[in-house]
Amino acid sequence: MFSPAILIAAIVNGLLTGALYALVALGLTLIYGVLHIINFAHGALLTLAMFGAFFAYRTLGLDPYLAVLALAPAFFVLGYALQRFVIGPAAHGDDRNILLVTLGLAVIIENALLFAFRADTRTIDVPYAFDSFNLGFTFVALPRAVGFFALFVAASALWLLMSFTDIGRAIRAVAKEKLGAELAGIDVAHVYAVTFGLGTAFVAIAACLLMPSYYVNPSAGNAFILIAFTIVVLGGMGSVPGALIGGLIIGVVESLSSLFLGESLGQIGIFLIFIGVLLVRPNGLFGAWE
Amino acid sequence: MKDFGSIVAVVLLLAAVPLVTHSNVVLNFMVVALMTALFGQGWNILGGYGGQYSFGHAAFFGTGAYVTAVLQVRYGINAWFAFGFGIAGGALVGAVIGALTFRSGLRGSHFALVTLAFAEVLRIVASVAPMTGAGVGTLIKLDLRPIAFQFQSRAVFYWIVLLLVAVALLTTRLIERSRFGAWLVAVRENEDAAKALGVDVAAVKLGAMVISATITAAAGCFYVQYFLFVDSAIAYGTWISIEALLTPIIGGVGTVFGPLVGALVTKGLGETAQALAGDAPGLDLVAYGVVLVLVIAFLPRGLSRAGERLLRSRVLPRGEAGHG
Amino acid sequence: MADVPLVAVDNVSRRFGGLLAIKGVSFAAPAGRITALIGPNGAGKTTLFAIIAGFLKPSAGRVRYCGEDVTGEPPHRLARRGIARTFQIVQPFAGLSVRDNILVGAFLRHRSRAAAHAAAESVAHEVGLAGVVDRPADTLTVAGRKRLELARALATEPKLLLLDEVLAGLNPSEIRDIVPMIRGLCDRGISILMIEHVMQAVMRLSEHVFVLAEGSIIAEGTPAQVAADTKVIEAYLGHGAASKLGATHA
Repeated sequence: MFSPAILIAAIVNGLLTGALYALVALGLTLIYGVLHIINFAHGALLTLAMFGAFFAYRTLGLDPYLAVLALAPAFFVLGYALQRFVIGPAAHGDDRNILLVTLGLAVIIENALLFAFRADTRTIDVPYAFDSFNLGFTFVALPRAVGFFALFVAASALWLLMSFTDIGRAIRAVAKEKLGAELAGIDVAHVYAVTFGLGTAFVAIAACLLMPSYYVNPSAGNAFILIAFTIVVLGGMGSVPGALIGGLIIGVVESLSSLFLGESLGQIGIFLIFIGVLLVRPNGLFGAWE
Repeated sequence: MKDFGSIVAVVLLLAAVPLVTHSNVVLNFMVVALMTALFGQGWNILGGYGGQYSFGHAAFFGTGAYVTAVLQVRYGINAWFAFGFGIAGGALVGAVIGALTFRSGLRGSHFALVTLAFAEVLRIVASVAPMTGAGVGTLIKLDLRPIAFQFQSRAVFYWIVLLLVAVALLTTRLIERSRFGAWLVAVRENEDAAKALGVDVAAVKLGAMVISATITAAAGCFYVQYFLFVDSAIAYGTWISIEALLTPIIGGVGTVFGPLVGALVTKGLGETAQALAGDAPGLDLVAYGVVLVLVIAFLPRGLSRAGERLLRSRVLPRGEAGHG
Repeated sequence: MADVPLVAVDNVSRRFGGLLAIKGVSFAAPAGRITALIGPNGAGKTTLFAIIAGFLKPSAGRVRYCGEDVTGEPPHRLARRGIARTFQIVQPFAGLSVRDNILVGAFLRHRSRAAAHAAAESVAHEVGLAGVVDRPADTLTVAGRKRLELARALATEPKLLLLDEVLAGLNPSEIRDIVPMIRGLCDRGISILMIEHVMQAVMRLSEHVFVLAEGSIIAEGTPAQVAADTKVIEAYLGHGAASKLGATHA
């Protein structure tokens, strides 16, 4: 039906897009793995970061790939503050309340952006947006390739952080056994906030990498967030390798579904996978069997 | 009997509104507020009493709306029958989603996510399917005759939605007092303990889901008859799912009047925000989000319970110290 | 003459990943008696309860109740058959009143609200909670919560009551109050299978005792027989303890 060249291009494209999805999912799965909450504000934070990258380019002339150096730390602080001073205290530890508080934050952020910037879609025009290079069997857009590369850099940095730093060890301890970690003297509220901050920082990185090839409007984050959830659930909540591999798989699935079913229905493939995984194997590929 | 007395009193009070004011603005506000209360009441059965927080109630609202609209527009079915089929359609969707999710034992955030996903799938399908009018949506022809479920006077619409709200209030109260209600609340509090006491948890959740879906679908059917237009963003958009959970939570989860109180408060808040900021979109939802977070932080049982507690501490004597 | 076993566990095993927690356990509890299941921590007693009550499926073996094979039936169906259980860590419906807690159990046997209320009221009296029925369940003391746990289970009108460490966390006077209540339940026809660590209660209440250690039954008999059994002493106190204590062989 479709020539091999088209299929290969779709798959490669899917992998590249999947890498960006995986970057978004990485933050989400980290937050889930440690705080055991589903951060419904993740998408809105992504949108916020994308607007940040947009304005950094428009007003300061900062290329997104440079803006990330400022946005990532800024969003780390934002995430830290949100968890430490808003989500943590408001939820009183009840899971259902945490869901609602993060949902509330999502509504606030997204609609504040809508109110401030209207619903118009904006893009930035970086000079290299349409550069591509030839891999031999297919062409690859430069910004996409950078995104793919960045995913692995980010994931490696995260692994290094978790394995070799004190805070990384503290995070792992809290993720595994919160009470024990607390008894050992670890400040759990701080660790939670750091984790949330890291997750938010990853979102900022993803946003900067997305801007050259995407657009932003107040609901842009939403498009990514359900996909990110799907990846997190598919890969196993809390599993970083799961998020990476899940992201790539989902990217390819979306690309192929769009090819066979058309653009608008392409996303359905993802959601059907999502529902299927939740019903059949809620712990995902890398989680334990129920 | 006093349980029902309060419902009758409130309904009568609300019924008097069109007699007191002829302002279309006020009536429109009240119609929308009551409709919002209605889909909140639907959510409240599953979420407030059952403790299963759905983030995708738009699935039922939208199905009710689309079935009602499409049956009239494409198949020429009478509006009143279409309304009935719309409700049935919503109930069916509820049964399907419930059967799939509860038999798998999904709960908590997994359940919230899966309901969100179902609503999204429906939205995407509705946005491309020719039957629903795809991106353009479905428009019901203006035909201001009662037989077409369209009325010259806004007051009639108001009384109809009030009737639906009244039925939902009664249903909620009846559930509260029934065996099913006791089991439902037990499931909310502690599923394992409930199982050990003979409660068929999956069946109870499914029942709650179907009742919940039915009520929410009715709101969707009403929406489309009142506004005469529906598209995928209106029918299955996240705004419905959010408002459906917002109103009971603010007004008081798991109470009969919670969704009604919550709807009046949030809609009132929304109107105030719009009045202050002009017609800029988004500010009302920002206000909703802020109220949601504040309510969770400071009044997690919602406004009605806070009111109840205030009343009880002032009016009733201190409890006796019994042996425990 | 052998009593008809009310519940019988037949060569049941349960594996968790690589760990074989229950190893081919068989025992039977007769109707109309109080049977105790004792053993050191980690022996698998609560796992066995969970299997009998339907919360876990055995990896192998069958569970029989009144002669019928009920292996793998879900908890709510077993409750309808007449098996009720309490939980080791009490699980009240925290947001509800004491009365509403008990009502949930009563509704299993009574459809109408009036009948269920009456039944709940009488159960509350029986366990001594009549004075606090309108209080929220989470305001009760530990002893109160244990009584509530018992009351809820009783409201389902069970034939077999599984008590999982119902006396844990109670002080001696509270234990002194509850023990006769348990005896009274058996006297009015409810068979009881209890996991218990409080030995004085085991001695006074049970007619037959099974000892579980490391997933297997190592001894059974009357309370006195079991208390004197070397293997039992060693299971609790460690190898060689029996000879140090100068105990006699069973």
